Amino acid sequence: MSKRNALYDFKWCPGCGDFGVKVAIEQALARRAVENQESIEKTVIVAGIGCSGNLVHLQEGPQPFALHGIHGRALPIAYGVKGPRPDLNVLTVGGDGDMLSIGAEHIGPQARRNLNITTIVMDNGIYGLTKGQASPTTNVDVVTSTTRYGKLDDKLNPLMAYLGLGVGYVVSELSSRVKPLGEAIKAAMDYPGFSVVHVQSPCTTYNDTYAILKGDEKKGIEPLAFPIPDTHDVTNLHAAMDLVQGPRIPIGLVYRREGESVAADQRLLDAKIRTKVEQKSVDALLREMVI
Amino acid sequence: MSSKNLVVRFAGEGGQGVVGGADLMASAAATGGYHVLTFSTFPSQIKGGPAWGQARVSSEPILTPGDWLDVLVAQNQYAYDTNLPDLREGGIVVYNSEEFEVTGNSRAYGIAADKMAREAGNPLASTIILIGAVAQMAGIDLNAIEAFIVKRWTRGRASDKQIIDGNIAALRMGAEEGKKSGLSVTPLDPPPVHAEPRVMIRGFEAACLGAMAAGLDTFIGYPISPATTMLTFMEQNLVGKDKFVGQASSEIESIASLVGAGFAGRKVMTSTAGPGLSLMGEGLGLAWMAEIPLVVCDVQRGGPATGLPTKTEQSDLYAAINPGHGDMSVPVIAPGNPEEAFWAAGHAMNWAERYQGPVILLSEASIAERAQDIAIPDASKMKQENRVVSDGKVGNRRYAGDSVTPFPVPGGPGAYVANGSEHDEEGDTTHLPNIHVQMTDRRFAKLKVLEDGTFEAERTSASIALLPWGGSKGSALAAWRELIDEGVDLGWYYTMFLNPLPPALLEALQAKRLVLVPELNYLGQLAARLRSMGVNAQAITQYTGLPFKEADLKSAIRERMAAFK
Repeated sequence: MSKRNALYDFKWCPGCGDFGVKVAIEQALARRAVENQESIEKTVIVAGIGCSGNLVHLQEGPQPFALHGIHGRALPIAYGVKGPRPDLNVLTVGGDGDMLSIGAEHIGPQARRNLNITTIVMDNGIYGLTKGQASPTTNVDVVTSTTRYGKLDDKLNPLMAYLGLGVGYVVSELSSRVKPLGEAIKAAMDYPGFSVVHVQSPCTTYNDTYAILKGDEKKGIEPLAFPIPDTHDVTNLHAAMDLVQGPRIPIGLVYRREGESVAADQRLLDAKIRTKVEQKSVDALLREMVI
Repeated sequence: MSSKNLVVRFAGEGGQGVVGGADLMASAAATGGYHVLTFSTFPSQIKGGPAWGQARVSSEPILTPGDWLDVLVAQNQYAYDTNLPDLREGGIVVYNSEEFEVTGNSRAYGIAADKMAREAGNPLASTIILIGAVAQMAGIDLNAIEAFIVKRWTRGRASDKQIIDGNIAALRMGAEEGKKSGLSVTPLDPPPVHAEPRVMIRGFEAACLGAMAAGLDTFIGYPISPATTMLTFMEQNLVGKDKFVGQASSEIESIASLVGAGFAGRKVMTSTAGPGLSLMGEGLGLAWMAEIPLVVCDVQRGGPATGLPTKTEQSDLYAAINPGHGDMSVPVIAPGNPEEAFWAAGHAMNWAERYQGPVILLSEASIAERAQDIAIPDASKMKQENRVVSDGKVGNRRYAGDSVTPFPVPGGPGAYVANGSEHDEEGDTTHLPNIHVQMTDRRFAKLKVLEDGTFEAERTSASIALLPWGGSKGSALAAWRELIDEGVDLGWYYTMFLNPLPPALLEALQAKRLVLVPELNYLGQLAARLRSMGVNAQAITQYTGLPFKEADLKSAIRERMAAFK
């Protein structure tokens, strides 16, 4: 239940990874407000459909603007917000179904536009809201309600996909590491291009991966997640690809493309100046058509 | 004897300049003071395939491309064979004698225009040679066309004089051929004298400029025939401070990004055609639910799926009003010609801002691509409505109340969640039955503020009425005028505002014994909709991918009226 709206009755399951992401976003926005002397109303969070998308209703403290849209379309909606309004701070939130299945077609175009948009993907490896169907990041052979005999499709490697599609800033995090996650989201917002913060955010009901991610010595489970070593060169794309090729999941900043200092809206402005584009009134354009 | 009209068709293959030929002919005649209207049809390929362009030139205002040809310019045998049936008695054929030979037709004359142009060292001038011949045969003043050539090719370049001289020589060469042919059609009346400056404008240009005159600042689109021209026009002309034009990667992206931009406070529009409109269904539902102002211009083409990408049809009306699932009724404005497209586009922008939701500007291939001379629209007369922006007094209760409420713009006060799920006053998701009822009623009640549509009404005492829509207006009006002259008692009604219909128009139609609706589709979409509103409407349909011929409409109307009695 939202503290802001007592009538709002959506609930995440106890222990849901998305709680951590929500708090991390609140922390990142609070820090940004102070550091940039920017009102919270300058931030827009675009949410997809799924458990994760409900984050915008559960957000506590000072409220940003939000748009809870349709399944899979958070990225193009964010493009429409940010393109003509570069003054706004734009985030998107969505799950692995929303971003990597129905919405996957939008990652490439968004990476190429490279607007300063921060996308947070909450990956729980399952469709939670529709009660447990296989998603692109569900492991092979896993039995779900849509994979009765085990999942046949290969598992998507999301971090490799982002790098391959040209995303210039890629972070991998765990929802349980709230503070580092908040800092990572803040840093991603500060990056002047398109950034993806991919968060392992376990679903306690349909795909509880907490133990697998962190490991459990007593039970003899090797941790799936591992911290990215300090020696990793974050500006080296090949090194980043080597790092993410799996099967273990690196945690930390995976890749930051060098030389990204000019935001896309500034490039547009520069192009207009360079080509000496003049704004003409409708009347002037009509006068050009006079016979 | 002289004639008020000249209809010339250039027929051949795509890439042979047949559409360009008709355009050039029309531009030249317009420069000479004539009224002009063009129509073209071509397949969906870069080069090749049967194509033709038609120019109607008249000393009077023009309503249709013309049923019958005075001159057919045929580039190949196929073009000759398939277009000859449209030639009026006494009409002339000019054919490309390098390509084929016409025998047994005393009204046909061969010109090797390409060869002549090459030999004159100006290979690009073959179309001008043909225009010279046609002008000579139709009695159009060659000096006026020369004046056009000078104007068209004076571009401030060193090569201007050479090109102009070459083209004038080509024109004269063509005129000589015209004389040699010994053929002529009834000479055209002299052009009218115009008090006001006139523009030669295409439907898509008029729609773009109308939207800009109403304050459009953001356009995001995806290429699709026949709507791409609007995207490219905007890329070129919607420039300057705070203007944004973007190319999306699909129509799904176009509509989603338009929702984002409208939410962010911008005045936004996209253009698309049938397949794109289908893909936009869910996004239009989002705009309806979340109450985001935006305009989608649907330039209708033929058929479902890929259908007839470059032909004209009026078969998207159902899809425009109900583009997606669930209860919604998207406002629709459908202009009938380029001049109306200017005002309709502005009105669509204003409607979107006023009721805070999506509006469809329903155009057609034949309107978008048509070039016509019109009196220069007075852009200063365009109203510029802007959504009422929230001052934050009601906090985040963006969806409070039972009709339109102030709009919080990101960066300003009133942060809320714009929501495509059913939501409460603050935009938070809810499933409560009473709130779904309240919010559904609110969204439909908002349409009430759009009941300011105007309409035309003539001979209102007649018990049977004609009600065309969109691009069928021209043929219908021409047919109606002739029927009235012939003593038929038939009412005339017309509106661009198809949803919501002006209430007084609906009332008038409900009182008729019969309302005949000419429309270019199989289903009779507007007629069916009118019947659901208690109007005894019958559709007169055509689904050839081409506009109505005036004569066909006239006889269809007579038949329906006779059958009804």
